This record gives sequence, C-alpha cells and structure tokens, in this order.
Amino acid sequence: MIAFSDVSYSYGGDNLLSNVSLELPQGSFHFLTGPSGAGKTTFLRLCYADLIAASGRVDVFGQDVRGLSRDAIAHLRRRVGVVHQDCQFLDHLPLRENVALPITVAGGNPEEEARDLDELLEWVGLSGHRDALPPQLSGGERQRAALARAVVMAPDMVIADEPTGNLDWEMSLRLLRLLTELNRMGKTVLIATHDLNLIRAAKQQTQARVLRIRDRQVQPAGADL
Amino acid sequence: MAGLPRGIAARDRVVPPTGFTVRLTVFAAAAMAFLAVFALALSMASDRLAERWSQALARSATVRISAPEGQVEAQTEAVLKVLAETPGVASFRRLSREDQAALLAPWLGPDLPLDALPLPELVELTEADPGYDSEGLRLRLAAEAPGAVLDDHARWRRPLVEAAARLQWLGLISVLLIGATLAAMVTLAAQAALAANGQVIRTLRLVGATDAFIARAFVRRFTVRAAWGALMGTGAGLLAVALMPRSSVEGGFLTGLGFTGAGWMVPLAVPALAAVAAFLATRLAAFRMLRRLT
Repeated sequence: MIAFSDVSYSYGGDNLLSNVSLELPQGSFHFLTGPSGAGKTTFLRLCYADLIAASGRVDVFGQDVRGLSRDAIAHLRRRVGVVHQDCQFLDHLPLRENVALPITVAGGNPEEEARDLDELLEWVGLSGHRDALPPQLSGGERQRAALARAVVMAPDMVIADEPTGNLDWEMSLRLLRLLTELNRMGKTVLIATHDLNLIRAAKQQTQARVLRIRDRQVQPAGADL
Repeated sequence: MAGLPRGIAARDRVVPPTGFTVRLTVFAAAAMAFLAVFALALSMASDRLAERWSQALARSATVRISAPEGQVEAQTEAVLKVLAETPGVASFRRLSREDQAALLAPWLGPDLPLDALPLPELVELTEADPGYDSEGLRLRLAAEAPGAVLDDHARWRRPLVEAAARLQWLGLISVLLIGATLAAMVTLAAQAALAANGQVIRTLRLVGATDAFIARAFVRRFTVRAAWGALMGTGAGLLAVALMPRSSVEGGFLTGLGFTGAGWMVPLAVPALAAVAAFLATRLAAFRMLRRLT
C-alpha cells in the first residue's frame, strides 16, 4: 500500500526524517506518535504526496510519487481520505457540500449520491447540521465532518492528523470507533497522535500497530504502548 | 440528466463569491464593449465613405477654361464640341453663373457679384463605361482650346480615399486594442481572485482536484461575467449609435457615423468575442498561477 525506502526529508535546514524505511500494508491500522515537531505531519504529508522526499523513494499504491504528474497526484489523493489537523473546509459552502467535495472534484454529481451522503452524515452524527456552514460547527463536529469527507469516496486509505486534538474524551472515543469501523471494512488507517490514552483504547478494539518518530527515524514503538 | 445542472452548479460554487473582482470584470467588459461598438461604427462608416467618395469622384471630371478676354466663349464652344465627339463621355454640361454662385456660396456668401470676378468657365462631364482616354482628351483640348484644363479629380480624390481607408484601419485597430485591454483587465482580476483564494485552492487540491478543475471554476465565472458585461455595453453602445442624428449632406461625416442594413448585426459579435477574450485570459492566468502555487 505505502512503502518508504530510505526516505529523508529536511525543511529549512532541519533534517526531519532520515533514511526511513517501512511499509504500511493494505488493511492495517497504524498509529504514529512522537513529540510535537518530531515530523509526524511531515510523514503523513509524504504519504499522500503533499510533500516529495528529498531523497529515497515513497511508493503509494505501487507508484513512485516522485515521477507522478500533477494530475496523477490529484488522482492518487482521491484514493486517500485525509482528516487534517485544521480540517480545511470551504467556509462558504454548507456542510453537506463540503463533505461531498471529493465527489464534486472527481467530476461526479453529489445530487446523485444524495442518499449515501445523508447516510454518511448520519453515521458521523451530523445529519442535523447538513446545511450549517463550517464556522458554525464545534471543534468535534468539524472533526467528524472531516472524517465524513475523507471517506465519502470510499478511499483505500484514511489518514488522520491529530483527529482528536480538539475533542473531549467521549468525542475522541466516538471518532475512534468510526475509524476502527472503517478499518474493519478493509481500509488502511494511519493516525498521527500524541494521545497515548487514545492509542491504548484503540488497542482494545483493533489490531493497531504503533510507530514512533524518534531521532528522525520511524520505528515500531515498544511494549509500553 | 436532471441532476446535471446542479452538478455544474456545485462545481462553480467551490470558488467563493468574489464581489469586487467580479464587479470590476462586469464593468470593464461593459465599458470596453461600449467603446468597441463606437470603434466598429467608425470603421464601417469610414469604409462606406471611402467607397462613396471613390465611386462618386471616379465617374466625374471638370474642364476649366481660363482664356484671355474675347477668347473665352470660342474656346468654351471648342471644348463642348470636343467633348461631344469624344467616346466614353456619357454627358457634359456647361455650368451656368448660378451654378458657379451655388458652388462658391458656402465660402464667399450668397450675394456674390460674380460678374466682378475673373472666374473661369467650367464644364462638368460624366464618364461612361468604358470611360474615355484622359490623355487623348487632354491632347485634343490642348490643340482645340489652349486655355482648357481637364481635371479628373485624381489629384485630390486619392488622398481622400486613402484617409478614409486609414480611418477604417484605425477603427479596426481600436477594436483590437479594446479587446486586448479587456483581456488584460480580466487577467488582473482573475489573478487577484486566485491570489485571494489560496486556501480554497489548497483545500481543493488536498481532496483530489486537478489544476484543470480549479482553473475551470474560475474561468467559467469570469467568462460568464465578461459576456454579461459586454452584452450590456454592446446594448448601450447600439442605443447610443441609433440615437445619433441621421446622415445628411450638411452634417457631413459625423452624422454618417453608424451602421446600415446588415451592419447592425456586426456589433452583436462583441459579447461573444469578449467572452472568448475573457476565457483565454482567465485560463492562461489560472494555469500560470496554479503552477506557481505548488
């Protein structure tokens, strides 16, 4: 699914990742943890070709992203649902149109998917907010809406960057349940978080593996996690 | 198919309303279309004028007889005889004193004492088709009436026709410049809109939008606005031209500024051309900008 081979990435003179090699197989559930600024977001962005590695090779769905055209990268991103830390909505569009955005940009007609969209909004508990604008939603509602948008195209992989950063514990567990449910459907899930309690809760629900960024390396975490 | 328009609308809505740049585009397109209609009217009127002058003057000529007193009448009679015998002359007429007074009235006033002025005799002739041999006629006139000079108007007809033709080109060049100015203004407005929507573009890219999709959203918006603006400007321009005074001899060139017959259809191409200019300008600006926004 995703393979890093000897990947290094530096930004502003700082070496964030150095000679990282690992694989995230299809259907796996991974957490990525590490201190703030360690490079978690950078690692995720490399996974959906928002960044290109300075050296080494990143293969996504069997394609070396270095050789992909801009259009090919756009098509690759349609197979990866991303829940961004700041959600990144179009504030002038109602929630339902924001959630349907991946359908719209792929040339589909959201109206033809109306039933699925409504079911999806109900799944994330936002059916009562379909016409609300993003700034009118709470942090938790925005995170769940971002998750709905990430999965609306039935992607092969879901990536979430600190998805519970703005949520209380109860809401975090609810979001985690949604993600584990997706994993049971066969989706690969990769979550960057520094919330160790969330990781422990997930391990009770699913076969989650934990990766830790330390000294610019991404390695399996120890038994303490 | 019922859902198609809504699908297109959804694609259009991904770009937030950009009030200022859109209003600027509509206004610029309307103003430029208004000016383009006038430039077209000027160009087409010049074309008609050149044609009219060319046709009217090409078929007429004047013989001027300036002879010593006592010989004027004899030489005039000789000229009339020569003209009557010359093949290619359709008709000729000796101008009376009243005709001469009418010709001079615009410059010297109506109550002109013509008898006190040493005016030459004038004979106006109209050329047949095929016309006469002007060199041969000149030689015969020189032999029969030494004081007669044939003026076929070529000397001052050519510069007039050339001036009218240049005026026509100036009108067409003005239309082109107006189109280029509109394209430049739309480019600036589109660039401003793209720059103001950097975050929107980033979000669209992250959910899988191609550059073509993003560009189309902006291009559609600016093309439609430019077309609407140009339609309004063209309507206003046509109305203004229609309200100009009718063509008259007294009014000269200015009152002839306008369209005739099927010529009224030509300005209707202005909104379409404005839309094409806006489409190309926005598309070019959008792709250039999107390549920069990595």
